[in-house]
Amino acid sequence: MRHTSHLRLHVPEPSGRPGRETDFSYLHLSPAGEVRRPPVDVLPVDTSDLAYSLIRVLDDQGRALGPWAPKADPELLRKGLRAMLKTRIFDARMLIAQRQKKMSFYMQCLGEEAIGTAHGLALSDGDMCFPSYRQQGLLMVRDVPLVDLICQLLSNERDPLKGRQLPVLYSVRKAGFFSVSGNLATQFIQAVGWGMASAIKGDTRIASGWIGDGATAESDFHTALTFAHVYRAPVILNVVNNQWAISTFQALAGGESTTFAARGVGCGIASLRVDGNDFLAVYAASQWAIERARNNLGPTLIEWVTYRGGPHSTSDDPSKYRPADDWEKFPLGDPIPRLKQHLIAIGAWSEEEHEETRKQLEAEIIAAQKEAERYGSLATGHTFSAAMMFEDVYKGVPEHLRVQRRQLLEE
Amino acid sequence: MTMKQHSKNMPVRSMTMIQALRSAMDIMLERDSNVVVFGQDVGYFGGVFRCTEGLQAKYGTSRVFDAPISEGGIVGAAVGMGAYGLRPVVEIQFADYFYPASDQIVSEAARLRYRSVGEFIAPLTIRMPCGGGIYGGQTHSQSPEALFTHVSGLRTVMPSNPYDAKGLLIASIECDDPVIFLEPKRLYNGPFDGHHENPVVPWSKHPLGEVPEGYYTVPLESAAVFRPGAALTVITYGTMVFVCEAAARETGIDAEIIDLRSIWPLDLHTIVESVKKTGRCVVVHEATRTSGFGAELVALVQEHCFYHLESPIQRVAGWDTPYPHAQEWNYFPGPARVGAAFKRALED
Repeated sequence: MRHTSHLRLHVPEPSGRPGRETDFSYLHLSPAGEVRRPPVDVLPVDTSDLAYSLIRVLDDQGRALGPWAPKADPELLRKGLRAMLKTRIFDARMLIAQRQKKMSFYMQCLGEEAIGTAHGLALSDGDMCFPSYRQQGLLMVRDVPLVDLICQLLSNERDPLKGRQLPVLYSVRKAGFFSVSGNLATQFIQAVGWGMASAIKGDTRIASGWIGDGATAESDFHTALTFAHVYRAPVILNVVNNQWAISTFQALAGGESTTFAARGVGCGIASLRVDGNDFLAVYAASQWAIERARNNLGPTLIEWVTYRGGPHSTSDDPSKYRPADDWEKFPLGDPIPRLKQHLIAIGAWSEEEHEETRKQLEAEIIAAQKEAERYGSLATGHTFSAAMMFEDVYKGVPEHLRVQRRQLLEE
Repeated sequence: MTMKQHSKNMPVRSMTMIQALRSAMDIMLERDSNVVVFGQDVGYFGGVFRCTEGLQAKYGTSRVFDAPISEGGIVGAAVGMGAYGLRPVVEIQFADYFYPASDQIVSEAARLRYRSVGEFIAPLTIRMPCGGGIYGGQTHSQSPEALFTHVSGLRTVMPSNPYDAKGLLIASIECDDPVIFLEPKRLYNGPFDGHHENPVVPWSKHPLGEVPEGYYTVPLESAAVFRPGAALTVITYGTMVFVCEAAARETGIDAEIIDLRSIWPLDLHTIVESVKKTGRCVVVHEATRTSGFGAELVALVQEHCFYHLESPIQRVAGWDTPYPHAQEWNYFPGPARVGAAFKRALED
């Protein structure tokens, strides 16, 4: 070992920067079908190898290979493809609406559509997701009315959240979609608490918590893993590793030379690392984790390896910190063409059906947008009345808020 | 003196504040199957202050259980349980250690109803032993109430005696809003008037140590006139209620002492009626002075009683320093400092 006289601070850097290609070898990919599928009652410690490899089902030809191939009904896969398309088209339309200044802010999940949709299809009614702000796929697959979602984005007179929340921070209890908070990672431990509650009551419902790669650095990531392990909570802990937290590469969140799935094993939680752009792998891994949770076998942590195809938000310009064509070079590709290729290969889909579905969804989303815009927007000033802002701070309206509401209305 | 709320034929027995708090949790665990109690050392051991002793044995480990040493985890899990439909009563071992849970308290518990338009609520009670006067030093003595009263969506409550402790805790657990329930640990075993040189008097020797065994509540947002008086109004809570009473006795000043009980939202009516009657006001708390809750009280009295005030509002508080160990009695606002403020309020 070479002796150096001075210490040096190590600050991780992505290999790719604007004008310089990313070297994706850091991802440590496994070929499709190669990673083993243990029984659902596997001991957490015996998932170590799974936390450092990558579960993949679909190969480059769109064939479903290996023990994780879910043998899913083609009808379910068609539903999944439709939900992914719907999510992507919805995102694209809302991005335009934001650029047209109809809404103040938007966040796409471009490239990450398989994760929310396939996971959502694997869950049952009554299960509760604790999403971050990039799991709109869960809403699309549960057929939440688009008009409601767009009204929230527009903060208009029909906004279910009465104009109190930033666009995208939805709350849809009946769809098992917990109120999204702007504060990162807070929902991860809350998901564990919800699962503990279900266990306390002897229920059969489970919780699914969501977090991004960057937010794993927050303390609530660690509290969630600890509590989930200690109380063997019926919860799935999803880490969506899209490689980027705004401008910071996942190495800066602690991903250099390790995986986020490995954190789970270290905390005594069965953990998987899965191709997040492989709809079949997402569905199969979700099913596996759900079965574990539902059978009192404890929590599962899943790192979904994907890529944030779009800007972080409408306030972000990724060309300032990463190569412009990075997503095209990402080795796990795009989840939509990958599932499409598979469905066509098994004779359950066609180019014509794809195009027709796309057009139909486009029309559905445009119609929903038109209807939602009829109820106004923040831009047109048609929002919930200002007096409403004093409600729901508490169950009732305490005296000091009644006084303040009166002051507002009188001034 | 505190107005008693319970029915007259309920059996009453002498309880310390610790026993009264335990009785409140026992009753609520019994009445509502959604009530769960957890926190550090709360389960098998019964809490470092014995407040949960016997509860796990009685209700089982799925209702009363020990938690990892993680304040953020305890409160965060409780928020998730509340979203499910449970009614968690959690403990932070010392108020001085709530800081790691700040994000879950301020950003989540306090805002959940508002941001989801009532789709999800956080009906939590977060118990925290607080206050000084026990040689607790910097991290076993703090009074962080002002950090909670500043947060919209929270209720902050602090009892000063066993009777109120039980009634307020039951009311807090039943309340669908998140409640920060601060327990002055100096008052756990007996009232304390700041005369640390005197032997401790147990609650069994005080009328407010007589606590009904069954269910009753002390309503939130209701202050108690602890000592009626005519010369000036003292607004206070927690341990300082007894210090103020001693100051009144020792100075011979006929102070009307208001025990806020609910710090925020508070009972403004009782305060304003009293100050309009006396024309003078002293605000007393253990917490540090600058931007302490006393500043809000002073502002409210100034706003609502300006034309009735006959002298500047006085404020007695902990100094703007961390809570020291060796200098405990120079820091803790005792009867002498409070009495001096009473005299200043009577000047002019």
